[in-house]
Amino acid sequence: MLVIKNLEKDFGGIKAIHNCSLEVKKGTITGLIGPNGAGKTTLFNLISGIYAPDKGEIWFNGERIDGLKPHRIFRKRLMRTFQISRELQKMTVLENLMLIPYNQDGEGLSGVWFLPGKVKKQEKNNKKRAMEVLEFIELIHLKDEYAENLSTGQKKLLEIARTMMADPEMILLDEPGAGVNRTLMNKLVEDIKKINANGTTFLLIEHDMDLVMNLCDPIIVMNEGSKLTEGTAKMIKSDPRVLDAYLGV
Amino acid sequence: MSGILSYLITLGIMAGIFAILTLGLNLQWGFTGLFNVGIAGFFAIGAYATAFLTKGPSPEHLGGLGMPIFFGLLISAVVSGLIAFLIGLPTLKLKEDYLAIATLGIAESIRLIFTNEAWLGNGNRGIKDIPKPWAELSAAPYYNLLFLLIIFIIIVFIYFFIEKSIHSPWGRVLKAIREDELVTASVGKNVFRYKLESLVIGSMFMGLAGGLYSHYISFISPDVFHPMQFTFLVWVMLILGGSGNNLGAIAGAFLVWAIWSGSEFLTDLLARISTDPKVSGMITNIQSPLRIILISVILELVLLYRPDGIFGEKKIL
Repeated sequence: MLVIKNLEKDFGGIKAIHNCSLEVKKGTITGLIGPNGAGKTTLFNLISGIYAPDKGEIWFNGERIDGLKPHRIFRKRLMRTFQISRELQKMTVLENLMLIPYNQDGEGLSGVWFLPGKVKKQEKNNKKRAMEVLEFIELIHLKDEYAENLSTGQKKLLEIARTMMADPEMILLDEPGAGVNRTLMNKLVEDIKKINANGTTFLLIEHDMDLVMNLCDPIIVMNEGSKLTEGTAKMIKSDPRVLDAYLGV
Repeated sequence: MSGILSYLITLGIMAGIFAILTLGLNLQWGFTGLFNVGIAGFFAIGAYATAFLTKGPSPEHLGGLGMPIFFGLLISAVVSGLIAFLIGLPTLKLKEDYLAIATLGIAESIRLIFTNEAWLGNGNRGIKDIPKPWAELSAAPYYNLLFLLIIFIIIVFIYFFIEKSIHSPWGRVLKAIREDELVTASVGKNVFRYKLESLVIGSMFMGLAGGLYSHYISFISPDVFHPMQFTFLVWVMLILGGSGNNLGAIAGAFLVWAIWSGSEFLTDLLARISTDPKVSGMITNIQSPLRIILISVILELVLLYRPDGIFGEKKIL
């Protein structure tokens, strides 16, 4: 579904991504692990259009997407979350979600002024959907709270909720488990599994090995800007090269 | 008409013109997070545009087409919006600092061009006798009240236009851009388009305010458009009233203008009462620094005790 070929990205002489090729298969929850500085988040930024690659190709659903602007990539139904939750602070939880649906007529001034009936109807539907998502993610009691007032864990849930609103074909999750307590973590894992069961593909970066090992198959290991190896949790655990990469041997 | 009443009416007219500027800035900054520090420039463009169009022929300046005032005001807004569009095109794709520098620079350039290119707007001597609406009534004692009414109607119109536009998915995208541009782009919104729309529409209101000023005072010259009054003061009005709240923006404009011009009234009065010419001279001398200090102190206090402004932003439920 997602194919990356010979990708390169330099930052002033540092090769953040170097000759990186990998593939994510449809319907999987693929894990992306690797030591700090391996280039995982840079790879996400390249896939989601925040940076353009220096060389190489990114294909999604048979279409070449490298170099496209972030909003164009979202419209291909590929969505990402951020390592540190980036909630829209001075907007309510509900507004955070109602922002997401694409192609809202009310998002153009002409729609606001000349199609009020249609906009109102879409708003009603989007609100209904947002409430369902909040119900599922168990944040419904906070719907009218400013997003900045949520706890770290709740903000992570809000990021997941945003991806559910968009209903993309593939989601890039950047450390969904960071700063989240055990209970919430289990809930996150369950939520991801449920969303995956509905046909959404995941690629997720995570440092929490428990989470990766029991959620992801396959797991891709990155080191020094390219793919080191790929396999099931069992294979990764017993691969000496992975240990070397982490220990910096 | 009694002195106090006519003073209040002129106060209201100027405050009203400032309110239009503040509403424009609120759309740009309060709702979209665009840092426009060239308000005086957009204001000046509007003021000159309508002067060129509506005045009769004159060798002293460009234009002199004798067009109707309504048309002149319309063009004031359009030209100002066009300049905003041209500034936005290269700068809105960059980080926010660039817009600030560009607007600041262009506002100063506009003022200096009108100062030095005398064929344009008669240089420093300015343009006088800019027509007033319903000029045949302008000698009537209640003429200013009529002008106040026009301003009031325009404010109401702009207020409802922005309120309706903001309380919509469109406004939601603007606020999302204000909060986090990258996230907004990553959920499929064309951030550049929205920022451009907000900048242009806000600047159109600023141009319209300039046009109204032109027709109200009947005289404009480049030194009117100093950033102190028409950029800095507008920012103070918005921050005091409550960024992100349109009623707050209007209230801030009236409050700050009342203090700004009221302090002048007060020092004038003190200077006149004082029998010692030395003392009254001193009072007159400190007049203009005094009001800057006064406004700054009030701004500090509001920022300390009500950081979101007197009104603050309303939550949308």
